[in-house]
Amino acid sequence: MSMLEIDKVSKLYKSGTFGGGLKAALRQVSFNIERGEVVSLIGESGSGKSTLGKIILRLVPPSAGCVRFEGADITQMKGRALHEYYRYVQGVFQDPFSSYNPLYKVDRVFDMVHQEFFPHLSGDEWAARVGSALEAVTLNPGDVFNKFPHQLSGGQQQRVLVARALLLDVKLLIADEIISMLDASTRVDVLNMLVGLKKRGLGILFITHDLSLGNYISDRTVILRNGTIAEMGLTPLVFGNPRHSYTVSLLKAVPQLHKKWEDIDIDELLAAELDREAPALAPRGPESRRYSKSSLAPARQARAKDILPQGEQGPRPSLMDLPGAPWQRKMSSPRLAKLLLSQPPPELVEVEEGHFVAVEG
Amino acid sequence: MSANPGPARAAGSSTPAPVATGSPGEELDELPSAAPAPQGPGERLEKGALAGAQAAPVAPTPTLAAGAPAVRLGRQRWEFLHYALRNRKLVFGFSVELVFVLAAIFGPLAAPYSSAGDSSSAGVPLKDQCAAFFCASGMTTHPSAHHLLGMTYFGGDVLSIMLYSLRETYLVGFLGALFAGIIGLALGFTAGWRGGWLDDILQLFTNVVITMPALVLLIVIGAYVKIHSPLFEGIFIGATSWPWVARAVRAQTFTLRERDFVDLARLSGKGGVSIVLKDIAPNMASYLFLVFILLFSSSMLLSVSYDFLGLGPTNVVSLGDMMNSAMLWSALNLKAWWWFIPPGAAMALIVFGLLISNIGLDEVFNPKLRES
Amino acid sequence: MSLKVDNLRITYRTLRGDVKAVDGVSFSVSDGEIMGLAGESGCGKSTLGNSLVFLEGRMRHLGGRAELDGRELPIADTRAMNEYRMRQVSLIPQYAMSALNPTRKFGKMAAELLKSRGVRFATVEEELRRRLGLVGLADNVLNLYPFELSGGMRQRATMVLSTILNPSLLIADEVTSALDVSTQRAVGEMLMEFRERGFVKSMIVITHDMSILAQIADSILVMYAGKLAEKAGSDTVVNNPLHPYTQLLLASLPEVGVRYDTSALVGIPGRPPSLLHPPAGCRFRARCPFAFEKCTEDPPFMELQPGHQVACWKAMKDAGLDIGPAVPPAAAVGEEASR
Repeated sequence: MSMLEIDKVSKLYKSGTFGGGLKAALRQVSFNIERGEVVSLIGESGSGKSTLGKIILRLVPPSAGCVRFEGADITQMKGRALHEYYRYVQGVFQDPFSSYNPLYKVDRVFDMVHQEFFPHLSGDEWAARVGSALEAVTLNPGDVFNKFPHQLSGGQQQRVLVARALLLDVKLLIADEIISMLDASTRVDVLNMLVGLKKRGLGILFITHDLSLGNYISDRTVILRNGTIAEMGLTPLVFGNPRHSYTVSLLKAVPQLHKKWEDIDIDELLAAELDREAPALAPRGPESRRYSKSSLAPARQARAKDILPQGEQGPRPSLMDLPGAPWQRKMSSPRLAKLLLSQPPPELVEVEEGHFVAVEG
Repeated sequence: MSANPGPARAAGSSTPAPVATGSPGEELDELPSAAPAPQGPGERLEKGALAGAQAAPVAPTPTLAAGAPAVRLGRQRWEFLHYALRNRKLVFGFSVELVFVLAAIFGPLAAPYSSAGDSSSAGVPLKDQCAAFFCASGMTTHPSAHHLLGMTYFGGDVLSIMLYSLRETYLVGFLGALFAGIIGLALGFTAGWRGGWLDDILQLFTNVVITMPALVLLIVIGAYVKIHSPLFEGIFIGATSWPWVARAVRAQTFTLRERDFVDLARLSGKGGVSIVLKDIAPNMASYLFLVFILLFSSSMLLSVSYDFLGLGPTNVVSLGDMMNSAMLWSALNLKAWWWFIPPGAAMALIVFGLLISNIGLDEVFNPKLRES
Repeated sequence: MSLKVDNLRITYRTLRGDVKAVDGVSFSVSDGEIMGLAGESGCGKSTLGNSLVFLEGRMRHLGGRAELDGRELPIADTRAMNEYRMRQVSLIPQYAMSALNPTRKFGKMAAELLKSRGVRFATVEEELRRRLGLVGLADNVLNLYPFELSGGMRQRATMVLSTILNPSLLIADEVTSALDVSTQRAVGEMLMEFRERGFVKSMIVITHDMSILAQIADSILVMYAGKLAEKAGSDTVVNNPLHPYTQLLLASLPEVGVRYDTSALVGIPGRPPSLLHPPAGCRFRARCPFAFEKCTEDPPFMELQPGHQVACWKAMKDAGLDIGPAVPPAAAVGEEASR
């Protein structure tokens, strides 16, 4: 049994002028995370990657599907059980500044854990624990204690938050873009620290938009696109032998230091970009040579068909629009389930051992 | 309302500026000359109103001044004091307010004539009042050495009546703000934190109360119950003016709820009540303070207008009652300006002082306004 | 010579005091050159870029001058600069795409902006539509509100608008930072195409992302703590950097294909010094593994190889230059670099 099983998780959001429509941020996403494994969840904005992280942390309820941690469904947990769940599963978020209440000193993030989870520990015992947790994230206690958050650097702030998670008996850490706000010269140190924690048996879900970071740190990779999995598998396979056209175009677009962007089929790339943006605003005019060819339109439509349910080709297909009027907002779960089942995500096919790719239309 | 959680955070992210340039004392010395022009007529009234309360020191809240040398305070609070004492609008507004508050508290003790508890006849025996009533010319007297603000038609000393009235008006204003604040905060936090159907219901309720015409309601209630106490008036004002507090608090809670530190508190096993009280509310403390000040001035205005219309409590005198009786007994026709101008001007000054300090506070809390 | 900046010094007023964000910076950008300006947050790169177009209220010009196409830019005089903005030098500020007024249609906003520059909208409207078409935006974007456009579309529209008067120099501040990778590439290629089509003569692209610059820039200027560290052609900077900061920074960047188990990377320990009271001497000294006594002196920004300038004593020594004796430690101002 896997440590964490994500089982057909879907998330719908209200949308539209009067909240009348529904958009799917996630559609029947399923994958597992094993003990001591780093899984990177890679996606662009609007792919639903952060939503999935929040669902696992129980900060957002899923619309359908369930998440099981060591066999127990966490989506229904309440009170005591949820409290215990947080002993084992913790998160660190993107913006270190926003993760601290600016009115309190940094110590408070540790104090909250002390009060809630280890009230029986004396102050000295607790201080010893905090000390060793800080050591694990290579921080000097003197640098962080009794300071206000803004007196620490971004890297220190993120490390303190990881140390906070380590104080608990954490088995899974959800790291949502935790280094995207840090300076380049200190980023890799935080990554290396996560690698060190993984070696001590911590499972990590590393959520990022940056392919190179995901590639650097993870054992397995899940590429999320428009709320569905495009490709997933062992990281060397996904990056070394990408099969889904989306993964390929992403890899082609990543700016690299030693490889130029040249000789990459711009049509395909732009198609990927445009169908995310707004196909209604198709480029036109004879001069738009480079950025739009007439051959582009069919390619884009084909792609749109792949991600959109029939008859729903709206202007912004990044999220799936579902029919719904205001009075249908509070849809009963059987109806919701039916709706979702009627528009299943593309099927995943195992192309080689440990490498799954979504079937493209 | 420009205050938002931002200022608190930004304020925290800046180190305290070098310790106060001028001592609080200096600030105060500068004050009279720095005070804006409108003070001219106001000053006269102020002095008059103060005749019985000379003891009042013209200082901004002494607590602030006392706290200033204590550098060991939390940096936030220290920074706040630093900017608060340097903000002329705030110091001026608070000084005006302090003068009136002290007059309201201690004034009645020092009032030259004791009040019989009637808006028009303070300090005058009943038979004299009757005599006055039948005397065609009336007993209204110009301000004089004996009666600094003159006398009413019934021979009541206007200054004494005003000192009693101030107390009632402040009391009702405070009660109104308190009740509106309590109801607004409770409902706003609940709606903003819980969201969902509870929010829908509370929003509906809020909108219903907003559309309710308070004045008509008060007249209807007045037809059935005789309103005797300031407490009732305060509750009524509170019960009709909370909705916009609730709306603002709800909106602020909604934005703060999305901040990562709230998620972190949830991951730390904190319950909803604790998060709202310890993480959300303190981050809008400056905003709530501003809201309370505005509420205070609006409930005083409301109470004065209700009293002026004769819908207020019957067993006390307030500024509104004074103006009401001045109108009833044709003070305007008798050209007895000293009967209605002092209460009106006092009311205007009180509200003006509060609004000015509100602007000042906004500048103190909001680093963006502070910079310029 | 398109742009020539000479010993420019700009401070930035904060509550804590004046931040010496740009401290004696000299460089030049040739006609047709795309120069990348790289550095970590707080190194002064945005202040430098902004100061050439619009000196904000909190920024103060302490000294130095900038010359564009042989005419001196009156950078300290925000009013006199009006004549140059958009026509000679144009800026796409950071977060420009989220700064669009949400209640104005894009076309209306463009008209207002042009009017403020004394240009009638009608005279450039046709060209504007043509260029919007070029970047893949149908001309009906003029009738859309900002929220109806995606981030990438807004970025492209802002870029077209800011270059519509064919300025000599375009300063693009972090234009690719908040974008997804595929959009990033489209915007990056667009910048190159703008230069090819002559919409702008030369460009300064400010970003923290070295790999973007490796793709689009002809030369890269690396800034560290308010000073220039290194400038050279982009291939040279990427492949043969001479300044230890550039070397360490590039070595810390994970690239696709690099994994922790095969080739672990290391970051640069420490933090940049505070620019409120910057230390004397080389500002990278405290974090530099090669620092020696000489580094307590301020290194000059020297051309060590043709077209390759570096401010580093060690690099000068390695190049066989006589750097003279190190000052005795007593003479060096004994300030520690960072807190």
